[in-house]
Amino acid sequence: MTDTAEKQRSWFGRLKAGLARSSAKLGDGIAGILTKRRLDDEALDQLEEVLIAADLGWGLAKEATQRLRHAKFNQEVSPEEVRRTLAQIIEPFLEPVERPLVLDPLRKPNVVLVVGANGSGKTTTIGKLAKLFREQGKSVVLVAGDTFRAAAVEQLKVWGERAGAPVITGPSGSDPAGLAFTALEQAQREGSDILLIDTAGRLHNKADLMAELQKIQRVLKKLDPTAPHAVLLVLDATIGQTALQQIQTFRDLIGITGIIMTKLDGSARGGVMVALAELYTIPVPYIGIGERVDDLRPFEAAAFARGLTGIDS
Amino acid sequence: MFENLSQRLGDTFDRLKKRGALSEEDVVAALREIRIALLEADVALPVVKQFIDGVRPKAVGQDVLRSITPAQMVVKIVHDHLVETLGAGEPLNLNAVPPVPILMLGLQGSGKTTTAAKLARLLKERERKKVLLASLDVHRPAAQEQLAVLAQQINVPALPVVAGEQPVAIAKRAVDVARREAYDAVILDTAGRLHIDDALMFEVAAVSQEVKPAESLLVSDAMTGQDAVNLAKSFSERVGITGIVLTRVDGDARGGAALSMRSVTGRPIKYLGTGEKLDALEAFRPERIANRILDMGDVVSLVEKAAETIEQEDAEKLAKKLAKGQFDLDDLAAQLRQLRKMGGMGGVIGMLPGVQKIKRQINDANLDEGLIKRQEAIIGSMTRKERRDPRLLNASRRRRIAAGSGTTVPEINRLLKQYQDMATMMKKMNKLGQKGLMRHGLGALLPGGGFGR
Repeated sequence: MTDTAEKQRSWFGRLKAGLARSSAKLGDGIAGILTKRRLDDEALDQLEEVLIAADLGWGLAKEATQRLRHAKFNQEVSPEEVRRTLAQIIEPFLEPVERPLVLDPLRKPNVVLVVGANGSGKTTTIGKLAKLFREQGKSVVLVAGDTFRAAAVEQLKVWGERAGAPVITGPSGSDPAGLAFTALEQAQREGSDILLIDTAGRLHNKADLMAELQKIQRVLKKLDPTAPHAVLLVLDATIGQTALQQIQTFRDLIGITGIIMTKLDGSARGGVMVALAELYTIPVPYIGIGERVDDLRPFEAAAFARGLTGIDS
Repeated sequence: MFENLSQRLGDTFDRLKKRGALSEEDVVAALREIRIALLEADVALPVVKQFIDGVRPKAVGQDVLRSITPAQMVVKIVHDHLVETLGAGEPLNLNAVPPVPILMLGLQGSGKTTTAAKLARLLKERERKKVLLASLDVHRPAAQEQLAVLAQQINVPALPVVAGEQPVAIAKRAVDVARREAYDAVILDTAGRLHIDDALMFEVAAVSQEVKPAESLLVSDAMTGQDAVNLAKSFSERVGITGIVLTRVDGDARGGAALSMRSVTGRPIKYLGTGEKLDALEAFRPERIANRILDMGDVVSLVEKAAETIEQEDAEKLAKKLAKGQFDLDDLAAQLRQLRKMGGMGGVIGMLPGVQKIKRQINDANLDEGLIKRQEAIIGSMTRKERRDPRLLNASRRRRIAAGSGTTVPEINRLLKQYQDMATMMKKMNKLGQKGLMRHGLGALLPGGGFGR
């Protein structure tokens, strides 16, 4: 993890390393099924299972293999070919969500609200975002809106220091909406470029906690009717099909303008992203592929699809 | 989003002829549906296959009880096998020389620190144990502070943090302190780590070697997808685990990861994390997770209970009336009576399949069980004529009924509104056919009926 050799590798190399790990299993799976043989029903069934194991979901896995059948049935195919064809099948699902986070350089501040389930990686992601924006020469203010979890404020403060961004905090247990209001006031006064608001983790089926997010939004609008300018949902790649329900609820109740998928450096392959892209078409500006401050990468549909199917370059 | 299993199986069986016993081909068709249901519940594929292979011999040739449908029979067999596979919950093993070391393991963000504190609280309050908490998480910013704050909240001492100290050294110090100060147990919270991160897995294995924990608990999110098998296998092989704690069970994830991890590791699920508060840790009950995975509520008991309480004749009479598009307040009163006999709304709702959302709404509405009784009283205070034709109920009649039943006019208005909604529903229900209605009975009426308010 603090491997210096890895640190020096190119960005694509790093992204690949992260995704390759997540796709190693899937790739191996495909190679195991096909070492240049006829693509028959049995092989297709096994491919479907490989895709299911990547959290693609039963329906989409079926659809992808159907299309593969259409393209290559009964042909002699190499694993490489199957991967490439599968990537080509998956990529169009992901393409519409490969969109960057757009912030208005003239707006001071752009208000970015970061939400998600407990333990999805919100605070870490905010730290990485802050660093990224700072490197672009923006002034960034962080708001420690997770006033519930023990030491969440301290955690964000460490990230603030690393990124060189001030952190606005409130007492433990205080109202996050009130804190967001004060912070926006301050950011407006100081003319900061970006206000990044951290929030406590919440499960989407907790009505009172979802109402708390709505309140934060209402309060922000009192100072700036256009705020928040981005609402980013942080999603753990290890999560299975529940992600669909989660995103839908968050989208319906508070509106989401972007999804950031984290923990893609594990062996979870984040296949649920394909279903999410198909169902909700919410942009995915970034993905998280490690714990280091610069392990936040732009999402690329082609690379993600290739990574999912285990293609090397 | 997810079709529930009994519905799905119902569709499958509708295509087949009803027979006395489940034939091989019935079972094959049913198992295909079960496979999909389990996958949608995030049970990992290899585990699904193994599970299905286990169910098949149990289902083939099984007699279908007269009172339930073949679909329900299969669901029951699947459910029972699931409960068996999930295994019973086991208490924490504290049979070791104190201080008993307990190691918390898991991925980042799985809920280890919170669970460590919950466990400490449980041991302290229920077992009267003297517990020491120690954080070995030197990686995540403020992780050690987090445990210290939680420890303070539950009044359990936390090992003082020494800056720069490495995990193995911290673990050693924690056990030393615990021994010296006569603690009963010491809970070691480790950093979240990816199971494929060699360096960190090596580190935690070294900690385990050092302290020889009596319990190594793998803490895992109930929302985990297919990766559950990989992570459970890794932690089990590289560090060794004695049990599993499933967190965020208060969410609405189906929790298939529980079955995956249990099957792969052979280790029992010991606790369920059911909320953010520090007392929200419950002993594992396999039925509860089995019901969630199948999203079925307790269909079988519902069927049994319904058969006991709903008198067949009443049901038939009602079905006939409905077919003619008549549904009056007498019928509503009969439904309310049956509802009460079946253990009230809470009892019925708890048994219904696929009603997570409704359950939530009902919880939000703070359902008052006394409400059913009051509504019965309201209908009881009406004249026969009024019950047959609620349109007669003008303001003065409503005032009289309020006085007679000890309720208020707004309550009567609400009841009539519900009646209207239900009557509308009934018309829709007719499309389902009488058989459907009798089978689903009250269940089918409840969602739109909205007894809540």
